[in-house]
Amino acid sequence: MSETGRIARRFAALKAEGRAGLVTFITAGDPDHETCRAVLEGLPEAGADLIELGMPFTDPMADGPAIQAAGLRALKAGAKTKRVLELVADFRAKDQDTPVILMGYYNPIYSYGVERFLADAKAAGVDGLIVVDLPPEEDEELCIPALKAGVNFVRLATPTSDDARLPAVLKNTSGFVYYVSVAGITGAASASDAAVAEAVARLKRHTDLPVAVGFGIKSPEQAAAVARVADAAVVGSAIVSRVAANLGEDGVPKPRLVPDVLGFVRQLAAGVRGART
Amino acid sequence: MTIPNTFRAGPDEHGHFGIYGGRFVAETLMPLILEVEKAYNAAKADPDFQAEMTERLKQYVGRPNPLYFAERLTERLGGAKVYFKREELNHTGAHKINNCIGQILLARRMGKTRIIAETGAGQHGVATATVCALFDMPCVIYMGEVDIARQQPNVFRMKLLGAEVVSVTSGARTLKDAMNEALRDWVTNVADTYYLIGTVAGPHPYPTMVRDFQSVIGDEVRWQMQELEGRLPDSLVACVGGGSNAMGLFHPFLDDQGVKIVGVEAAGRGLDKGPDDHAASIAGGRPGVLHGNRTYLLQDEDGQILEGHSISAGLDYPGIGPEHAWLNDIGRVEYASATDQEALDAFQLCARTEGIIPALESAHALAEVVKRAPTLPKDHLMVMCLSGRGDKDIFTVANELGVKL
Ligand SMILES: Cc1ncc(COP(=O)(O)O)c(C=O)c1O
Repeated sequence: MSETGRIARRFAALKAEGRAGLVTFITAGDPDHETCRAVLEGLPEAGADLIELGMPFTDPMADGPAIQAAGLRALKAGAKTKRVLELVADFRAKDQDTPVILMGYYNPIYSYGVERFLADAKAAGVDGLIVVDLPPEEDEELCIPALKAGVNFVRLATPTSDDARLPAVLKNTSGFVYYVSVAGITGAASASDAAVAEAVARLKRHTDLPVAVGFGIKSPEQAAAVARVADAAVVGSAIVSRVAANLGEDGVPKPRLVPDVLGFVRQLAAGVRGART
Repeated sequence: MTIPNTFRAGPDEHGHFGIYGGRFVAETLMPLILEVEKAYNAAKADPDFQAEMTERLKQYVGRPNPLYFAERLTERLGGAKVYFKREELNHTGAHKINNCIGQILLARRMGKTRIIAETGAGQHGVATATVCALFDMPCVIYMGEVDIARQQPNVFRMKLLGAEVVSVTSGARTLKDAMNEALRDWVTNVADTYYLIGTVAGPHPYPTMVRDFQSVIGDEVRWQMQELEGRLPDSLVACVGGGSNAMGLFHPFLDDQGVKIVGVEAAGRGLDKGPDDHAASIAGGRPGVLHGNRTYLLQDEDGQILEGHSISAGLDYPGIGPEHAWLNDIGRVEYASATDQEALDAFQLCARTEGIIPALESAHALAEVVKRAPTLPKDHLMVMCLSGRGDKDIFTVANELGVKL
């Protein structure tokens, strides 16, 4: 498959620079729409190379406490699929280069209507989708329609995706492969550097797509370690926890929330950028 | 929609019943689910597995349990002849153990060494803790904080049986959240853990496997009714949470066109009250995807899952097994509902006319019998699944009746 689009261009540029990328995850609408928009718009300047934007869901079966809580905060503040797409469109009006990947669960998309969702997402400037509960066995649901609509469908590969299963996992994957380095939920323990290196090498034997590695990366040092062996490091729960840490007792964001979260992203980016030098 | 020539052939190889079912799980779980499917297909075809299952159900569970003619209730209602399938007489007091025996034998066969399960009313948790004690396996039960508070006797039972009961504080803190938490445990402990799902929900092959293990209910009713009345029943009634006792009773009769089949959902405070006031997924929901399958779900206009409410902890699940969703659409099974109040009334009626304290879940089925039987002729044979006994519910009922224990 010929890869065009923002995701492919971004990974090509990173390759030319000789460094790995930083993928940052935040939950759309967390802690509220406006604060989230400010964080989102500051991410590229803080050093995020690609952005994953979580679509809130009441029942996030693969997420740990930090991202569960972020989703509930967003829903409580009125997050809706339509509003998530508005966030992307507003971002896209200011930034034409940084890829945005929506990450979530299938039901809100199914409820919105697959065709309508893909059309609206594409129009808003969404580049890719990661949908946790759609394995290759359910490709007809959204993956194939997304590819037809020109939206990348990024698949998760995991420690349980063995050599026999990998070809099926990779078959309709586009943009990049997201390697979930531990069997578990988001925000849990991280894998050892050696295990990550081995897994990336194994994936590279099966695909030419860039490999991003995530789950359990909490510090600039851990991000740097991953950046030495993978094409990108994904940080989610640690950033989302930073949002939570800047909320008052009443859940109202403190004035320092946006600069503090972006400051943390800056540290992560420094780790990733310095990793191979 | 075309009507198939058999209603019993589903699902297809992808686990679909019409548009329902499927395998909507994270990639980490996918290899495990394929492994469970393979192991189950092999076990199903293995006479030794079937023989052990039959023996355990007989010696340990106490099957077959009676198909009992509820004479005083029949007189009282003045219409159809009402029979109870006495699942409440099983060891542990509900139908849940039928499925647990099957799945624990499968887990052992697969070489798994740790069992996890979700529970709402605690009946499935107790049944799982029971078989884990019997087979000497460590057992972790996930239960919502709200359900723990209203089902204290069962929580203590599970602990006595050696299980660890984990209080789930995420989301709405009831059955759906317990299932989320069990799935989170499973993705974390993929190598040694078997997830023993308690109803006909979850990803393929669970809805099919649990149905098959529960079909012993309907299979027994078939020959028992033949012995008692020399013919098939005219109608079947069962309550529907996830839908396992109902599928178990219904499935063997799906191709008997003369048998009218009715599932009863929980209407909570009333279907007309609000989307969070009942747990009737078919009556008040629409198709969506949750916990590994597509089915009818209680959800808002944005696809967020609603909490649902029922006086019965075993019924307040916002979904329903995918095979029920299909049977509804195709018209083979009718889905009715009963409110909290109707169930409470039926609960007391059963205690006083038959000397049987039913589970609040089963009381929903009885509420439908109370509505339906008087309109039917005296030679109409109606079978209700008395899915569980009500000892666990006496505190809830006392509270509703304003009695302090
Ligand atoms: C006695 C009893 N009946 C019915 C149910 C509902 O489950 P299902 O619809 O799977 O039979 C439960 C669930 O806890 C139960 O304990």
